[in-house]
Amino acid sequence: MADTALPAPRRPFVARYPSVLIFIGLLAVFTVAVTVLAEGFGIGVVSTSFVKTLGKTLCLCLVALAMDLVWGYCGILSLGHMAFFGIGGYAIGMWLMYARTEIIVTESLAAAPLPPTAQEISDGIATQIFGVVGASEFPPIWTFAHSLPLQLLAVVLVPGLIALVFGWLAFRSRVTGVYLSILTQAMTLALALYLFQNDSGLRGNNGLSGLQNLPGMDDVPQATISIVFFWASALALGLGYIVCAWVVSGKFGSVIRAIRDDEARVRFLGYSVEAYKLFIFTFSAVLAAIAGALYYPQAGIINPAEIAPIASIYLAVWVAIGGRGRLYGAVIGAAFVSLLSTWFTGGQAPDVNLGFYTVQWVDWWTILLGLSFVCVTLFAPRGMGGLIDVIIERRSPDRHGADLGPEPGALQEKEADR
Amino acid sequence: MSTLLEVSGVSVSFDGFKAINNLTFQIGEAEMRAVIGPNGAGKTTFMDIITGKTKPDSGKVIWGERSVSLLSMSESRIAQEGIGRKFQRPTVFEDQTVADNLMLALKKNRSPFAVLRFRPGREDHDKVAELAERIGLSSALQRKSGELSHGQKQWLEIGMLLAQDPRLLLVDEPAAGMTPAEREHTTELLVEAAKTRAVVVVEHDMEFVRRLNCKVTVLHEGSVLAEGSLDHVTNDDRVIEVYLGR
Amino acid sequence: MMTYLLRVLACLFICAAIPAPAHAQDQAAPVQQVLQAHGEVIIKSSRRTIGPTIDALGASGLPEAQTVLQRWQDKEMWFERETGLFVFAQEQDDGQLMLFDVSDGAEIGLADKKAYKQLKPNSGIRGLIAAALVQFQLNAPALEERLVAVNSIERDADPSHLEALRGAIENEPDAALKARKLRLERLLTIRFAQDDAERITAIESFSGDLGVDLRAALNPLVATRIDAGAEVPEGARVIEAGSEQLSREDAHAILVEKGLARPQISRDALRAALIENIEGDAVAGIRVATLDTDDARTGAYAALVEAGLADPLVSDADITEALQAVQFYEVFTGAPVSVAQAAQIALDDIETRVALSQTADLALDGLSLASIYFLAAIGLAITFGVMGVINMAHGEFIMMGAYTGYVVQLFVPDYTLSILLAIPLAFAVTFGAGVAMERLVIRWLYHRPLETLLATFGVSIALQQLAKNIFGTQARPLTAPGWLDGSWVINDIISISYIRIAIFVLALLFLGLFLFVMKRTRLGLEVRAVTQNPRMAASMGINPDKINMLTFGFGSGIAGIAGVAIGLYAKVTSEMGSDYIVQSFMTVVVGGVGNIWGTLLGATMVGFLQKGIEWMNPSNTLAAQTYMILFIILFIQFRPRGIIALKGRAAEA
Repeated sequence: MADTALPAPRRPFVARYPSVLIFIGLLAVFTVAVTVLAEGFGIGVVSTSFVKTLGKTLCLCLVALAMDLVWGYCGILSLGHMAFFGIGGYAIGMWLMYARTEIIVTESLAAAPLPPTAQEISDGIATQIFGVVGASEFPPIWTFAHSLPLQLLAVVLVPGLIALVFGWLAFRSRVTGVYLSILTQAMTLALALYLFQNDSGLRGNNGLSGLQNLPGMDDVPQATISIVFFWASALALGLGYIVCAWVVSGKFGSVIRAIRDDEARVRFLGYSVEAYKLFIFTFSAVLAAIAGALYYPQAGIINPAEIAPIASIYLAVWVAIGGRGRLYGAVIGAAFVSLLSTWFTGGQAPDVNLGFYTVQWVDWWTILLGLSFVCVTLFAPRGMGGLIDVIIERRSPDRHGADLGPEPGALQEKEADR
Repeated sequence: MSTLLEVSGVSVSFDGFKAINNLTFQIGEAEMRAVIGPNGAGKTTFMDIITGKTKPDSGKVIWGERSVSLLSMSESRIAQEGIGRKFQRPTVFEDQTVADNLMLALKKNRSPFAVLRFRPGREDHDKVAELAERIGLSSALQRKSGELSHGQKQWLEIGMLLAQDPRLLLVDEPAAGMTPAEREHTTELLVEAAKTRAVVVVEHDMEFVRRLNCKVTVLHEGSVLAEGSLDHVTNDDRVIEVYLGR
Repeated sequence: MMTYLLRVLACLFICAAIPAPAHAQDQAAPVQQVLQAHGEVIIKSSRRTIGPTIDALGASGLPEAQTVLQRWQDKEMWFERETGLFVFAQEQDDGQLMLFDVSDGAEIGLADKKAYKQLKPNSGIRGLIAAALVQFQLNAPALEERLVAVNSIERDADPSHLEALRGAIENEPDAALKARKLRLERLLTIRFAQDDAERITAIESFSGDLGVDLRAALNPLVATRIDAGAEVPEGARVIEAGSEQLSREDAHAILVEKGLARPQISRDALRAALIENIEGDAVAGIRVATLDTDDARTGAYAALVEAGLADPLVSDADITEALQAVQFYEVFTGAPVSVAQAAQIALDDIETRVALSQTADLALDGLSLASIYFLAAIGLAITFGVMGVINMAHGEFIMMGAYTGYVVQLFVPDYTLSILLAIPLAFAVTFGAGVAMERLVIRWLYHRPLETLLATFGVSIALQQLAKNIFGTQARPLTAPGWLDGSWVINDIISISYIRIAIFVLALLFLGLFLFVMKRTRLGLEVRAVTQNPRMAASMGINPDKINMLTFGFGSGIAGIAGVAIGLYAKVTSEMGSDYIVQSFMTVVVGGVGNIWGTLLGATMVGFLQKGIEWMNPSNTLAAQTYMILFIILFIQFRPRGIIALKGRAAEA
């Protein structure tokens, strides 16, 4: 990457995207600060559960980055990226659950009069894992669950392949705009419904649990593990940000933004629009899956409800509130809204007594979120990132409110500037 | 002069309405051709068929020395074959700078992976600067193209077409909404381009067509009504009837 | 001989010593006469000889006969040792008997228990009595009682009922009950008649019938059992071990059960045998620690066998040999061969007819699901299809309509009236909500469909949570009026509930309403004008703002009415909208945007498809939905613009 990313003679990469340096710097400071304040290695001001929340938030920022790439830059409003996030979680969860159960089963069989055979161990694990859904045999999708490298490969390959096939089918037949959004939503719904079945092979609505316990690390306290995962999440987010910034800089970024604004025109310039969309869609799906694979070991449990269409729509909400079409916007949106959401729904927010009615935020937060989302869409299409524009006073072309580009659905002038 | 593009016996209909009816047309290399016709004559549909946007119900479209058919190709493939198109309304990427627009159009490997690795070298920047010079937008290179005037956008689009280095240029009403001075410049650009490649100009404005000084094809109800010099076709009774009404 | 005499003497002595009861029983009563006529047989109580006695009681035509049989069956009938007269009696705590007259049940008085003997009919006799009782019930004067008798036989028939039933058909005055009795008689004939020819005739007489009761009667007749033996009995069908019908394992298991083969040593048994023979840290000289593979364990077991400590393994060759030694065959166990075959033919015939009926029933199901989808989607077809506005809150409008119905029912207890009130109210409420949303949100976002999608989604989650805050999370009932309860039954398989019919009719009404509004009213004309060319329409004096507002309100209002209809059929919850939203969009997209007929076709296709897939895998409706969505994704590959696609310039507008 280093070679090809060499800055162009006149406008270096970092100069064009100063936000990358700033972002990486802030992320590094934040990571170190949390480490110092946390229980694992630091002075213990910040609780382990809050470190986990922060680590999870970093993963959500990463998936928001993926969403921004596909929606903010390429104009594909995918309502299915949380499905890829979930698949990533399932893939790593399978190994975590298998490996941990294997240790337990091996220990319990060690006391038996005869040393256990491989088959007996495998049967024991299967009974432990699938007992809740009334099965005692491994379904075929668990074939590679015993191997960490293979499951890590699955984290990347399975969502990548699904995105590739789905995207190929959808883009090939020129499904665009809201049709594509609905189609991606249908895909997510289909996947969630499938996983809800008991015979899906992934424990139905029980999902996979106990993922926070790393196999063979029972002696290591959660405080330490949480910091390790926090670091891994920060690293993934930092790397993801650099890669995304690199992808959207230069000519490739130019092409995908051109596709967002006027797909037909790009086609007549000789670019295979479908190939570009497919590339971005698949790449962002893989990014989402990696985020998921880091998220669920911190969350501890994954079930099909996490994949339900609503989750993906919330993802779009984060990116929209943060400001789409700019990478830091997605990160700000995801961090801000998800932390705020945790605060409100966690019951920490104080109730508001109106005299005749007491507003309990656990009940009213979703309403507030929905309405503020409507307001952001209506009045601040640039999202919170727009504030940064105000601060550095970037001018946008004054076209008296007309659309940018001829297609209906192209950006309006006031929202065009990043 | 060898034939570059040959359209023969092409018909297409939308919900029973025949937009193009048994149309036959050919153009050689390095030739300028003006296509005129009243509204609904099928000019835009004709371009749509060549560029692959619309698939005809019948007929053939043959391209180049190797006589390949364009009908089975995608739009992007046809563009890569060397057919560039300028739309009626100026369509440039308004969110991006003039330089980005031109860089996007430069003739390079168009595959996603090649584009991903692509970083412009000095010669690419020089090429962009040279093109900007030709279309008179040198001073506007770093401006967002959305800020340009209507005429400047038209030129930028022509510049993007030239950057593609196509063998056939399809230009839809390039002079619409331009000031006289801007038209002059546009004419020069097109005439210059036609020296090295084929150019098809669809235009309403007879004065503009006269200045192009080229062979003219008149379309009416989806087929060719007359062909020849401008004087020849304007004296044709049927053309007069179509234009002036019965 | 001596002992016999002594006993007689003793008896005489005892009888003489007891005073006569206070109230003498009516010895001349007709029922006592009948009983006395068969006295000896009754006292002897033998199943073989009692038949004519019970028949005589039944045939006597005496009203008391039923009571006598009933109490006889309940072991409440005694006879006086001395006179042989029959009485009803109840044992008292002090060992005395309370006597009652058999003719009229009148109390006679207390008596010494020793002078009487209880009749203890055995189970065989009780069965005969029960059958006779049934006959009484079947012939009872009250229709009610006869119905109860027939119902109980239908529920749980017994061979003895057949004769009783046959005797009770002729004199049945009620035509409907007589028909039922006749049908029941034929069914019982199939099940219990002794004569094969009679049974076959009865089976054949049912030709064309699909009744569940008939299938219940026929199914046991065709039961089969697979057996093994050296020779194949007559009428049995030979089957091959290792064929599809009988796997090698199953065949071997049959032999094991019959003791013709040794069972295989299971993995667990092998393990148990090894554990049993552990000596120190070794089994048969092989170290325990090495026994962590199946091969090692088999080896150790073989060593045990050699040492005579375990049964040898059953090898594959052993099984083959055992299987070849016998022949496997299938025999009918439920009935003689000829009857079973007739039953099989009848069942096969029923099966094809059932399949046909099921298809028809499935089609009805599909149709009703299609109407529900159509109802849910028609509002969307207006807002999305006509105006190009995607409204993610459409599902919440459906929910609002349903809750409106629920609230109306809280105030208006009459269900018919409340539904009639709820429909216009739901329309008004959602019309208002739609207009408000159009004014406040959507109007600012025309030509930016993705933004509209997101903004309306924000409205959707807010409305959903609001409903949750107001009505709670549990489902609320929306009760249909009584005349919509029940279903229209065509035969045992095809039936459809009236609510579904009502929804279907409502869907048709909406289609008519939509067509009427769009084609025949000023509003429709203006809507079409604004859709096709807003600027031109504006220049002709139409206010596009107003038209858009009204169109959106109209679409939302229809969603509200759909909500009432869906609420009647499903539960009213705050999440009911999101259950329908994806399917509704699918319906519109599959049908083709901008065309009401397309929506109709789309709903039909989605509805039938879902029912069809559910039919293939009835246990799993989740999977059915998954496969349906996958199918639709593929379908859109081939017809991206839906079933009815607009072409040319209109499509690109």
